[in-house]
Order: sequence, then structure tokens, then C-alpha cells
Amino acid sequence: MSILTVNAKLLRKILVGFIREEVTKVGISRAVLGLSGGIDSALVASLAAEALGPENVHACVMPYRTSNPESEEHARLLAEQLGISFEVIEITPMVDAYFGLFPDADNMRRGNKMARERMTILYDHSAAQSALVLGTSNKTELLLGYGTLHGDMASALNPIGDIYKSQVWQLSEEMGVPRAIIDKKPSADLWAGQTDEQELGFTYREVDELLYRMVDLRCSREELVALGFAPSFIDLIYGKVQNSHFKRRLPVIAKVSNRTIDREFRYSRDWGK
Amino acid sequence: MDFTVALAQVKPKLGCIADNLAMIEAAVEKGIQEGAGLVIFPELALTGYFLKDLVPEVALPLDSPEIMRLVELSRHISIAVGFVEVSRDYRFFNAALYLEDGAIRHLHRKVYLPTYGLFDEQRYLARGERLRAFDSKFGRVGILVCEDMWHLSAPYILAMDGATTLFCLSSSPGRGITAEESLGSTSAWQKLTATTAMFLNCRVLYCNRVGYEDGVNFWGGSEAVDPSGSVTVRGKILEEDFVLARIGEGALRRERIFSPMMRDESLPITMKELRRIEKERAC
Repeated sequence: MSILTVNAKLLRKILVGFIREEVTKVGISRAVLGLSGGIDSALVASLAAEALGPENVHACVMPYRTSNPESEEHARLLAEQLGISFEVIEITPMVDAYFGLFPDADNMRRGNKMARERMTILYDHSAAQSALVLGTSNKTELLLGYGTLHGDMASALNPIGDIYKSQVWQLSEEMGVPRAIIDKKPSADLWAGQTDEQELGFTYREVDELLYRMVDLRCSREELVALGFAPSFIDLIYGKVQNSHFKRRLPVIAKVSNRTIDREFRYSRDWGK
Repeated sequence: MDFTVALAQVKPKLGCIADNLAMIEAAVEKGIQEGAGLVIFPELALTGYFLKDLVPEVALPLDSPEIMRLVELSRHISIAVGFVEVSRDYRFFNAALYLEDGAIRHLHRKVYLPTYGLFDEQRYLARGERLRAFDSKFGRVGILVCEDMWHLSAPYILAMDGATTLFCLSSSPGRGITAEESLGSTSAWQKLTATTAMFLNCRVLYCNRVGYEDGVNFWGGSEAVDPSGSVTVRGKILEEDFVLARIGEGALRRERIFSPMMRDESLPITMKELRRIEKERAC
């Protein structure tokens, strides 16, 4: 059994309770999220349907013309299984219109634009439906910075931001996410055949074993080497965590007053809730 | 004497005194209806936990109308409740009151303010300076607020001061998920309450809150532990609950006969050695 194995029933109870309470305490009963056809959004949709009732969860599927058609099929399969409402909104016209102005843009710029296009659609649906946007970034992605700032990383509430990808797989089994979604290779689906693990150069299971010990257990570099992790792998991952830290913080504010937001002006977000 | 205690495993709203007072009054009423002689609330039940800069805004002096209202209710049932106290010199304390027969019988100001991990209490709050047992209808009692319980000396001093019942008011965040049945924080607390009761031959009445604040859950699991360390009643995990426990004088009497560790505890040896350590550390 991996060190990352969790009591999935207990985790389910905590995360379902989190969604239910953090949504309803602000006077809202609904949630909206983007369904990519992948496992992270499938898991969040499943948790939200249990927390709020499927009638209170709305899924947007937002394919681009290069997206794998299988992704939309998987998103539809999940939405139908959960009984949540489901809508397909193509982002191709908006994204292509923009890159008509910048035809030389590389894949990274295009991928970021797509993620941010989807974010604006979700926030528009948030306003239209009085629904909070649920985030679908897991702890592995957040620590590695493998996401688009203000794009897929943007949300009102993130139920899975403190669980690693390996734990996402385990909890998805517990929640009954369709087998086809659990078993396929994780992909950002920006172009045909892309997979996360190919792009990252290591597997999620490998990096989760390292991240858990490095971040959660605070093992030193010497301890990690003694445990058998390659020094080059440790340094690579440490560097990724460090260099992506800006993505996990609010914008830096230049301090001039005696009471600066988030420095001396400190309140919980649930202030008064 | 035998009595029934109610552990009000509630879900306070962060920074909302009026709402929380209404919630507390409703639980007090319920305790009265259920025939309890005593109702215990969690740490900071009147205010919520992650207050940060709200501390001065929600702090109450002992003569505030809210406290007076609870004092009034204590004519019908004894009440232990957590709140933020402001002193006359404007220090703010994470405090617990014991109210009985229409009077304030005891004020405990939390001594050990955790400031590590997800905790930041010393930034906002002043430290209490006293650990004192006091007499109640239900015998001699000591009150601890959450982290106080994690310092061996705190329950020890109260027990040496004659307390046979320890109230622990808690807002314990749930964390440390593993493959085990319980969260790390839950199993640690359950070991602590049982061990403390067993070491000191005292009852432990532990009341922990539930709900979420900024994504942090509070796990509940309030419990009554008898002086042998056995849990007699335990509240639900992660859900609101109103736990009623029947506390018998006989169990205390028998445990004190079977395991007279507190009788045999040597105050002179303890004091002599602590004074030596204090002197050596001062060098």
C-alpha cells in the first residue's frame, strides 16, 4: 500500500461536506464547473452532485477544434450518469478570432488562451445561474505549477486542491467515476496525442511519492536521497515547486500604508458566514 | 452526585455574535428539556475560530449584555462556554466561562495559544496566566481550552488543585488523512483525552465543534470519558450533534479506590525538582 493511500470514505465525507457548507453558507445553492472528460473534473462533479443534488450542478463542456472527440463523449457519459445538466460551448470561434491577430503564437500561448477562455465562460455562467465556480486543480498540479494562472486554476472553491493525483484516482474509484475515465492517460488535451506524463517527463505516481515526502512530511534532501529518490529528480521537482509559487499567491501589493491587505489586514474569507 | 451533561457539538458562524448567541440559547433550552444539569459548548462558540483581525470586533467584556443573558440562563442549567474576552486594559483572551445559578463562577483564559502550522493565536490574543480548579454543583472542576490540554502540566495542575472533572472546550481542525479509520487529529485527541483521564483519575468532558471555515473542517467527536479512561459516549464525527452523557459519582469513587495515583502523587517531590530545574535553567 502506498503512503498516499487514504480512507476514501472519510475523505469523501469531508469533501462533500466542504462543498455543501462552503456553497450554501454564502446564500447560494448551485455550482458550475468545466467538464473536460478527464478524471479531476469528473471527480469534482461527482462530489458536487452528492453535496448539492445533481439538479444544482451545471457542467460546461468547452471543446476546441483540436480537442479529442473522446473527451466530450466521456464528459457526456459522466454528466448522464450523475444526472447533472450539461451544455457544450465551443471555444474555437473566440480563440481562433484572437489568434487571427497573432498567427505565430506557440502552443503554450494557445493553451493558456484556451484555459482562460473557458474561465470567462464559467464565470459568466456563475453570474447567470447564481452558481459558484468549482475548481478542479489537484495538489500535484498546483505544486508543480502545471496549470494556467487565471485559467483552469481560477475558481471560487476547490475541493481537490489538497489531494494528490494518486488520491484523485483512489477517490474516483470510491465515487464510481466511469472506468473509461479512470483508466485513460491524463491529458491537457490541447493537441492530439498529448499526455501530461509525457510532457512532464515523469509519472504522477512517481512524483506524488516524492511530493508527499517533500511537502507533507518535510523530509530533507538527504532523507529523500536515502529513501532512493534520484538527486536530479529531487532538484527538478523542488525547482518546479519554487518557480511556480507565484501562481499560488495573490498578486504582490506594494506596501505604503500601515494596514496593507493580507499583511496587516487579515480576515478569513468566511468572515460573517 | 450523579448528573447528566450535554455536549453541544455546534457549528458557529464566523464573527456573528447575535446568530451564535441564538444558537447557544437554543442548545441551552434543549439541555434543560433533556434534563441535563450542565451544558458544555466548544471553544469560541460565541464567535467562531479563525477570527484573525475580527478578534477586537467580537470581544466581549464580562458585563456585556450577551454574557449577562447567559448568566441569566444559568439559573436553570450550568453552562460552560467559549468566547473572546476583552479586559479593561484591552487585552483579548480566548476564554471560557463557567456560569451557575445566575452567577459567573469561573473564568479561564486559554494559557497555551498555538502559533504553528495552521494556528496563529498569539498574533491576535493574550495569554492567560492561571490554571485554577473551582467548586461547582458537580464537584471540583478544571477548565481547559483546546491546546491547554496538550500541555501535561495544565491538567496535572488542575487535578492537583482537586479537580475530579476536567472540561475541555475545543475547536480542533481535522487534518492528517491516511488509510486509517480516523483523521490524524481525531486519533491524537482520542488518545489524549483517554490518557489524561487515566493518568489523573479524572472525568474528561470534551466538547469539539463542527463546520468549516475557509476550507478547514472541525471534526466534532465530543466525548465523555470516565476516570478509568473509557469513553462512555461519543458524538458524531464531522456532523452537528447534541451528546447527552450520564455521569455517575460511583465510577469516580471506584476508580479512585482502584487506582489511587492522585492520592499518592507527591507534590513535594514534584515541586522540589521543578524548582531545581527552574534554577538550573536560569543559569
